[in-house]
Amino acid sequence: MTTVSLTVNGQSVTADVDPRTLLVQFLRDNLRLTGTHVGCDTSQCGACVVHLNGQAVKSCTTLAVQANASVITTIEGISQGGELHPMQAAFREHHGLQCGYCTPGMIMSAIDIVNRKGNTLDEQTIRAELEGNLCRCTGYHNIVKAVAAGAQGMAQTPLQQAAE
Amino acid sequence: MTETGIGAPVRRKEDQRFVTGQGRYVDDFNRPGQAHAYFLRSPHAHAAIRSIDTGPATIMPGVIAVFTGDDLAADKIGGLICGWMIHSKDGSPMKAGPHPALAQGKVRYVGDHVAVVIAETLAQAKDAAEAIVVDYDVLPAVVETAQATKTPVQVHEVSADNTVFNWHLGNKDETEAAFARAKHVTKIDLVNNRLVPNPIEPRAAVGEYDFGTDNYTLYTTSQNPHVARLVLSAFIGVAPEHKLRVIAPDVGGGFGSKIFIYAEETVCVWAAKKVKRPVKWTSDRSEAFLSDAHGRDHVTHAEMATDENGKIIGLRVHTTANLGAYLSTFSSSVPTYLYAPLLSGQYDIPAIYCEVDGVYTNTAPVDAYRGAGRPEATFVVERLVEKTARELGQNPAEFRRKNYITQFPHATPVIMTYDTGDYAASLDKALEISDYKNFDSRKQESARRGKLRGIGFSSYIEACGIAPSQAVGSLGAGVGLWESAEVRVNPTGSVEVLTGSHSHGQGHETTFAQLVSDRLGISIDQVSIVHGDTDKVQFGMGTYGSRSGAVGMSAIAKAVDKVIAKGKKVAAHVFEASEGDIEFKDGRFGVAGTDRSMAFGEIALQAYIAHKFSGQDLEPGLKEGAFYDPTNFTFPAGVHICEVEIDPDTGVTKIERWTAVDDFGVIINPMIVEGQVHGGIAQGVGQALLEGAVYDQSGQLITASFNDYCMPRAIDLPSFQVGMTTTPCPSNPLGIKGCGEAGAIAAPPAVINAITDALGHEDIAMPATPQAVWRAAQKARMPMAAE
Amino acid sequence: MYAFEYHRPTSVKEAAGLAGKAEDIKFLAGGHTLLPTMKLRLAGPANLIDLGQIAELRGIERSGDTVTIGAMMKHAEVANSAEVKEAIPALAEMAELIGDPHVRNRGTIGGSIANNDPSADYPAACLALNATIITNQRKIAADDFFQGIFTTALEEGEIITQVSFKVPSQAAYTKFRNPASRYALVGVFVAKHASGVRVAVTGAGSSGVFRVTDMERALSGNFAAEALEGVTVAESEMNSDIHADAAYRAHLVGVMARRAVQAAVARG
Repeated sequence: MTTVSLTVNGQSVTADVDPRTLLVQFLRDNLRLTGTHVGCDTSQCGACVVHLNGQAVKSCTTLAVQANASVITTIEGISQGGELHPMQAAFREHHGLQCGYCTPGMIMSAIDIVNRKGNTLDEQTIRAELEGNLCRCTGYHNIVKAVAAGAQGMAQTPLQQAAE
Repeated sequence: MTETGIGAPVRRKEDQRFVTGQGRYVDDFNRPGQAHAYFLRSPHAHAAIRSIDTGPATIMPGVIAVFTGDDLAADKIGGLICGWMIHSKDGSPMKAGPHPALAQGKVRYVGDHVAVVIAETLAQAKDAAEAIVVDYDVLPAVVETAQATKTPVQVHEVSADNTVFNWHLGNKDETEAAFARAKHVTKIDLVNNRLVPNPIEPRAAVGEYDFGTDNYTLYTTSQNPHVARLVLSAFIGVAPEHKLRVIAPDVGGGFGSKIFIYAEETVCVWAAKKVKRPVKWTSDRSEAFLSDAHGRDHVTHAEMATDENGKIIGLRVHTTANLGAYLSTFSSSVPTYLYAPLLSGQYDIPAIYCEVDGVYTNTAPVDAYRGAGRPEATFVVERLVEKTARELGQNPAEFRRKNYITQFPHATPVIMTYDTGDYAASLDKALEISDYKNFDSRKQESARRGKLRGIGFSSYIEACGIAPSQAVGSLGAGVGLWESAEVRVNPTGSVEVLTGSHSHGQGHETTFAQLVSDRLGISIDQVSIVHGDTDKVQFGMGTYGSRSGAVGMSAIAKAVDKVIAKGKKVAAHVFEASEGDIEFKDGRFGVAGTDRSMAFGEIALQAYIAHKFSGQDLEPGLKEGAFYDPTNFTFPAGVHICEVEIDPDTGVTKIERWTAVDDFGVIINPMIVEGQVHGGIAQGVGQALLEGAVYDQSGQLITASFNDYCMPRAIDLPSFQVGMTTTPCPSNPLGIKGCGEAGAIAAPPAVINAITDALGHEDIAMPATPQAVWRAAQKARMPMAAE
Repeated sequence: MYAFEYHRPTSVKEAAGLAGKAEDIKFLAGGHTLLPTMKLRLAGPANLIDLGQIAELRGIERSGDTVTIGAMMKHAEVANSAEVKEAIPALAEMAELIGDPHVRNRGTIGGSIANNDPSADYPAACLALNATIITNQRKIAADDFFQGIFTTALEEGEIITQVSFKVPSQAAYTKFRNPASRYALVGVFVAKHASGVRVAVTGAGSSGVFRVTDMERALSGNFAAEALEGVTVAESEMNSDIHADAAYRAHLVGVMARRAVQAAVARG
């Protein structure tokens, strides 16, 4: 067993884990944060995307012990005081989800795209930046619209961005 | 139309939980004391099992039990079933081989279930599975669809040549006569490529047994939990139906693959009692590739006959359909009754004859995948129509228009009676949206940049709203395909709707609530939809075949009508008026011609307090149920136009424009309907350009992960131009036709027709990968050398 | 995943010491090849030595005609590095084409090079940019480092600390992705140096990354796409799989090489 200490959605967490525990397993099984999903075992689908020190990573391809001393944000940690994060609101408003399974990873990736590429995103940029996220339901059409709108929404609520 | 009524693009009620990570999928459930199951799977496509030594595994750390097929047999657990009986031309029943949940004596595909380990942790179960010693006598395998009947390899004892059935539909003599008098015959050979469904949520199951009550519970990723319960109890014999509760909570996409009853959930329920612990299994993606039922996999030769006026006069089709190593739950219906009846397309074709040979191979079972049979039929018809138009030198749009059915109802030579439609209206609208008239200038512009541009049509029809029970029963179905609903009105006037449909992305919690809110005149927030739990919901048939709107909502509408009728009786007592004078309008029960009225919720309260009427002549309460059995299939239809640009140097095909014009009848929520269209197109484009399951000659799945099986990504697709036309469906009370499969049905031929248009020849198979298109482009450049 | 012992050294010396003592070790860099392999139980080291906490493996530095990158620098860091963009924009662009955004946030240059996946991008950059692979023991020229698929000059327990790239006068990388995995089906890195032109190809060769000397010769005389007309690679030396057979790969090498030269020339 190896001890890990990290901050998850603003809460300090310390636990002894089997070193082979993946970050996603730690989040889902130890912390019961089941919003982060597993959709593949080859690091491609992106259902497991969380933010590690502010950057989007695949939590299925990161050991929990590698995340020691880091700050993790999951889908459960981005809305504040009952208000949806602008990207969450945009996915709802633009029907950017159907079964909802890829959605947490999509939203965490989308926020990361905005953090890196800014609030005005053209369609081609969004499609290229979603390379690491698979959706089987939506055909991406409404996800692309949602990301563009969510990016604009994030510009209008700077507090939300600062929250991370 | 109100803001939340029928036709309004209401934002989805379920999204609040999904966008915040609060969805509850099967793998999110952990039961107290839960153990983990891991299945040892066959590494061989075909082998006899000489022996299985589980001994070394049972002493591994954390191992609770190891079971094999013998343990299931000892408990008299039956095999998995196929619920649709197909008879061959000669009248003989299809040859169904045994399908044990855990192998008995033989394995028949890579991924077949050999044993299960139950352990404290999944890692321990996997460790132990590696310690099981299986002595295999490896046998030669048959993999290729077209070779299945021409090999000495025998998959099942019941079928010497691997034939499951030789089935046919249509009129052979009339069709031969049509071909005899044809002016022109167009021939085509097609492979409808094998697909892996790949919902992003892998399958999962948690089985639980309560020794105090003798009750079993199964949490499972199912599109139809009641059917799962029925099959597990009545056929497999795991638990009595009334003692088995099946819960299908939030389910992360299905596309057909979660209709079926698989080995894993069977074993989880059974093993939970054996080990006296809840047992959980969650598929990883690698397992899903091997053992989720695959889709499509047809090899077809088809011919279309036209007369001197360019009218289609006959169609004959021969298809070999690969059903894999075992007959999955609905597999036999897919290449037969879900396929051949659609071969008339949107066209007035007087004579059609189709033969289908279903075959076994040493590959994963093949069953329904989005569209199920209808994409395969549409691919045949639309590729043939396009090729015929080209051979006759006719414009493909106008050739279609000339052959469209225009009078309804229209009985085709292949069972179906189309009820209504206006195919030309969809074509006209699609031509306009796609800016077809300027295609030539776009093509020239592409040519100036060294690129090949092409345009392709797909004028599809599907039969959905599955299905009239009497009709499917006469065709071999083991079940009826009605749907149920129960509308429970609470004393406060809020409403719970219990439906046998199941939502796994379709947004039923919103659309069903829109219907009820609209009909009862109450706020949509006052309506909740309950589904996916056999302890809560009356028996229902589930969600597939674009049936939840046309069939599931019709059942709800019927139950709502009963609620209103009962409400009128209550209101008559409350107002001391005659029942015939009570009107229900805008959410209020009132006495005609007076200003006396009460809101729906007030009458609901009166129904429950029952102060104003005697319980003898009118029962208290306000709760009604209904079963709705459709009288016909529904026939959504439309025209999709795909425009591609090909880089002949690399073979990369880029979809530049996509136009979809669909007639789904009455639409409850256009936002959700368009989302269904988008997703369907993406899967169809995936089939045409990207996806294909490939086995090698020994039966190993080469495309066994997302590294080799190409899933559509955002970058592979354009934004879609979606338009609608409307002819209400006459056969159900809501006028709904259904929309869930249209895109997947329409898209593949549109893509291939566009690519063949760009290349100038027909020789390209699905998936049209860059390599395949590059090679085909080489041939187009050097026609002399290639021919 | 099989069980393993986890080690988190904070210096290269400590890491090397652990590697010397422990049996059956693997170094963990970004983990984006190793961890999926371990998850599928295709690898099962007894000891995993995480290089993630070693500060001396980080950093990017330009000095004269070389850019030196710490082995644990992530693809995203290289892609966004002002120094790299300024000195060798083609290298920054190549890093931006690796994997997807999440992979680029974890995967490292050292990990990629040590693994020498035949369809990885960095090995092509190393060959074309005449790189020197610096380890805790020695300096190895890229030309000597890559020794066939998943095979390098690294000794057991040897740790890459830095990679030093020569700044070219013109360079570009073009990548044709495997449609499914998004790895390079064919990737061609073209770089013009004072000493001559280097053309390195990844993804295509049956023996891993390789240089195309015929193309280098042709481009050394005339650094223009036209110079590559008629210059081909041998099909017999190409990889073949369901996505691309040898003939198609050989053809793509030519197309991608021409496009890389065009891009390099366009950049000026």
